[in-house]
Amino acid sequence: MSNPITVQVNGKAVSVSPGTIVAAAVAINGTSGFRKSVLGKFRGPLCGMGICMECRVTINGQKHCRSCQILCEPGMEIRTDE
Amino acid sequence: MSDAHFQFDVVVVGAGPAGIAAACAAAEFSDRVAAVDDTPWLGGQIWRGEQARPKQSPAQQWLEKFRKCGATVLDRTSVIAAPEAGLLLAEHADGPREIRWQKLILATGARELFLPFPGWTLPNVIGPGGLQALVKNGWPISGKRVVICGTGPLLLAVANGLRSYGAKIVSINEQASWGALAGFGFGLLKHPAKLFQGAGIGMGIFGVPFRCGTWAVKAEGDEAVRSVTLTNGSKTWTEECDVLACGFNLAPNVELPVAVGCDLQRGFVRVDLMQATTVKNVFCAGEPTGIGGADCALTEGQIAGYAANEQSPRAEELFAERDKWHAFREALAQTYALRPELKKLATDETLLCRCEDVTLGRVRQFSGWREAKLLTRCGMGSCQGRVCGAAAKIVLGWGAESVRPPVLPARVGSLITTENQR
Repeated sequence: MSNPITVQVNGKAVSVSPGTIVAAAVAINGTSGFRKSVLGKFRGPLCGMGICMECRVTINGQKHCRSCQILCEPGMEIRTDE
Repeated sequence: MSDAHFQFDVVVVGAGPAGIAAACAAAEFSDRVAAVDDTPWLGGQIWRGEQARPKQSPAQQWLEKFRKCGATVLDRTSVIAAPEAGLLLAEHADGPREIRWQKLILATGARELFLPFPGWTLPNVIGPGGLQALVKNGWPISGKRVVICGTGPLLLAVANGLRSYGAKIVSINEQASWGALAGFGFGLLKHPAKLFQGAGIGMGIFGVPFRCGTWAVKAEGDEAVRSVTLTNGSKTWTEECDVLACGFNLAPNVELPVAVGCDLQRGFVRVDLMQATTVKNVFCAGEPTGIGGADCALTEGQIAGYAANEQSPRAEELFAERDKWHAFREALAQTYALRPELKKLATDETLLCRCEDVTLGRVRQFSGWREAKLLTRCGMGSCQGRVCGAAAKIVLGWGAESVRPPVLPARVGSLITTENQR
């Protein structure tokens, strides 16, 4: 087995296997609200395939990244609270 | 960020079964073939995670063939516009991409169809196919209680898949009636391989309630879904769950084909026997031409790949096989036809547009999609109507396929660079 990767989800270290998508790291962290909607409601992934845009998070300061389509990389900083 | 310019004889957009097969066939006759895909992996959504599987699976064999075929892979590359014949503009993390083609094969696949019902916007209400895809890439499902509902052959396949990852499947609820499904099972006899797959999946769900003629009417929870209310039309009950997997089969991804100028026919890309669209030198294969599954897509993809190289005899050899899959495609559509009750699940307070938080009640006041868009912003958020537009077609009976570039949300940087080159 290859070594686990450590990413930061809202400032907390989360260890994942290589090949894990960002959305999974967020879920492993126990976060179910990936973004807040226009009216302030929590949303999470719906389509899992990069179409619905509900799973958008901030990665390394870049906003609106589709977390279901991006693989975790060592040291990635993921935020759902921005 | 620097631009990158690419030039190919044949460009295939989408690296799912149709795209992989098209690229393999095209590469037999051309040295300059490229497959462009949004994702970091090959195989599209249906074959996601297949790379790790035993080599015997058909998916593995195709992926292996593709790797050896000599086609260039442009992965993590999202096509955002087709400003003129022979040119695609795309976005990549490293910067914009300009991709030139002589022949274009569109293999953009399908997405799950979602229909609005109270509570469908809660976190952890996820499409069954989407959930399966997420789980294959590490989404934690072990020990989670999952209710599966909606329609389509995917429901059973997903139940089986999730169980293998340790999910506790509470129930599987198919909206189609037993009668419709029995008819489909009988029809499968014409397709022995499919029947075998069906039997394998059937054993996997042993012990889990599998109900037909049953659908979800409401999901409840605070920060995430906690329970779902189901009905069979006469009885209504509630089941607790950590995840609700709900999807209504597939809707074709026709945004890029429409942006390229291809005509549609009953919501699908219109193609001739050679998989050629109504636009010169542009071909289309797989789900955008009709929801027929991976085997149908593989056959159509090969035909498109040969046809793009003017290898008609090679393409024609596959026509009989394609006819067989088209019969299967027809049976799928009939079996999983949506029951009218599903159009009435959303109330006036239910959100139709999840991007802009527009309720069905507000949208319903208008006479059509365009007017509703202009006055409520429904369908104008970041999914660009991919979710609510497809739902509006079913719930309101509205046509909703106006496509404007960029076909996917793009960074301003990509567009500025593009503009400077014009």
